[in-house]
Amino acid sequence: MDSPTQEQPGIFAGFIAITRRDLLLAWKRPGDVLNPLFFFAMVCTLFPLAVGPSPEQLTFSGPGVLWVAALLATLLSLNSLFMSDHEDGSLDQLLVSPQPLPVLALGKTFAHWIISGFPLVLISPLLAIMYRMSMDIVGVLMLTLLLGTICLSLLGSIGAALTVGLHRGTALLSLLILPLAMPVMLLGANTVSLAAGNEGYATGIWALGAYVVGAISLAPYATAAALRISNE
Amino acid sequence: MWKFFHQLASPPHFYRLSAVLIPWLVVPGILLIAYGTYAGLFVASEDYQQGDAFRIIYVHVPSAYLSMMAYMMMAVGGGIGLIWRMKLAHTVGAAAAPLGAAFTFLALATGSIWGRPMWGTWWEWGDPRMTSELILLFIYFGYMALRSSIDDTAKADKASAVLALVGVVNVVIVHYSVTWWSSLHQGQTLFKEGGPGMDADMLYPLLAMILGFTFIFGALLARRVRTEVLFRERRTRWVRELILAPEGGK
Amino acid sequence: MTAKLSANDLTLIRGESCLFQGLEFALNPGELLILEGQNGSGKTSLMRAIAGMLSLETGEIFWNGEPVSRQRQEFHGSLVWLAHRTGLKGDLTLVENLRFEGCLRRQAKVDKAAIYERLAISRLKRLPLRSLSAGQQRRVALARMLMADVPLWLMDEPFTNLDREGRQLVMDLTEEHLAKGGMCVMAAHQDVEINATIRKVRL
Repeated sequence: MDSPTQEQPGIFAGFIAITRRDLLLAWKRPGDVLNPLFFFAMVCTLFPLAVGPSPEQLTFSGPGVLWVAALLATLLSLNSLFMSDHEDGSLDQLLVSPQPLPVLALGKTFAHWIISGFPLVLISPLLAIMYRMSMDIVGVLMLTLLLGTICLSLLGSIGAALTVGLHRGTALLSLLILPLAMPVMLLGANTVSLAAGNEGYATGIWALGAYVVGAISLAPYATAAALRISNE
Repeated sequence: MWKFFHQLASPPHFYRLSAVLIPWLVVPGILLIAYGTYAGLFVASEDYQQGDAFRIIYVHVPSAYLSMMAYMMMAVGGGIGLIWRMKLAHTVGAAAAPLGAAFTFLALATGSIWGRPMWGTWWEWGDPRMTSELILLFIYFGYMALRSSIDDTAKADKASAVLALVGVVNVVIVHYSVTWWSSLHQGQTLFKEGGPGMDADMLYPLLAMILGFTFIFGALLARRVRTEVLFRERRTRWVRELILAPEGGK
Repeated sequence: MTAKLSANDLTLIRGESCLFQGLEFALNPGELLILEGQNGSGKTSLMRAIAGMLSLETGEIFWNGEPVSRQRQEFHGSLVWLAHRTGLKGDLTLVENLRFEGCLRRQAKVDKAAIYERLAISRLKRLPLRSLSAGQQRRVALARMLMADVPLWLMDEPFTNLDREGRQLVMDLTEEHLAKGGMCVMAAHQDVEINATIRKVRL
């Protein structure tokens, strides 16, 4: 019993395993992917209906509206990040596995982003057309959304971990994440606006990139700590 | 020296110590605020650009400064509580939160009042400091909401400590990103930084007010921590003895 | 000789109530530790504390003489936890679930088909777990436990949802595990007839 028959699975194996499991779970419930997507599209539809469809206004407000909509759609989807694991007890099992919890948290967040965040990036060109945004800035839009949704998923995982299993968790989750998400949204939306105005937008892209790197390095630790605390 | 700190971390010792400490905070605080108010309103000369309107900085600046300091105390208290498992550190964080939120609100209100004659409107989005302060208020609300939604005190302490620490990083990021944003959109900043260009008769009242406010904040915080300690330790013997003591406890 | 798993002066406070204090135990290879107590007496909490999920007010758990808090990964790599909730995903099949679990923890080189046969779950391999009965799901959880190559088994009410055959199966499996030098901590309501050294902790 004392001499191991095999080695413990490596960290990378653990990361791949949990990402694959969550993606497999999403595959079995394809409807879940569509929810944030439809929400994103619907919010984008709300604005012209509410403030009027004048072309100049649309073009001008396009980047901001798309960004706010992406933020809200991601926020809504974050609640489910740890919820089902918490309910069926598999979160407990993750907490007692020899795999480092930050790695498992990162894997889950990554899978969640692929399901909820990445589709928003893919659909954004269509919505950009709706907002009469010119095609040359669609590239910038997609890039900022790509970096931004990664950040939002990572930051959101901290909030999701803190509020997992709490009564009225979703509302509280949004309240906690919004201040964290504001700089990301600010950077993203304004970078696209700058691009639309033919001004230099490289600063924003670099800042978002730095944000992503920082978030990937630090957020999983905070998420893991929050998961342990929430599950006591 | 270490023994003093070690003793301070024990709730009953802190309770006794703070009873002695609070008057020493309240009296200088009131005196400083009295001097600062008088000097700020009557002695300091008019600002050459803003006229008398600038005098509200005597409330605005201390409030804004305390809103940040309270948050730092929450974060540091949370960190100490998490790492060294000191319950009193968590208690200080819990007590500081509503105070900090109140001062944040005060800073926003005074800032808005100040801005009215200058901007012509009650709110100017382009001012990066005010916008950052508003986001800080939301961060406070989130912290207090998280605390109140977790029933178990120990768990609430630890969860909000994590949130406060994450928020510290965020406060810095928010400040820089909002500054960048306002530079893009050319808003009008509210606060002309006094700094070295400020006259002595404008500066001294301001320093007095900042110091006085800090003392009062300390006194209020100590008072809140005392109450919180009594509540958290209500089942222990020392609290029971305190309440049943002849003079009825304080 | 220090016991493989031991604890001293354990105190746990949940919310307002003190569940237990001054608790201690020691466990050696080949031994079974039974946690006895009424519902709500803290058996599950004690087990969670042993597993490292709850923080204790006082006291420490020791593994191989070292505190668990200093070797968390090592300790977790040496145990498997059979909890009240199975911790398996209902949407995935048995095979998919166990394949995931295999990447979390060191696996023993065993004949999987033989294990499925023994647990009577072979023909359920391709079904999603939520379409299995509670008893069958528990057997899948047992399969997970068998496939992990770990010395320590933590079992919280392992007989729940199992019929008489299932309960006998659990006792046989535990006995075999102990005979190979493994250890078991079990929270159980009912009497357990196992041929091994048994220590008890009463809550």
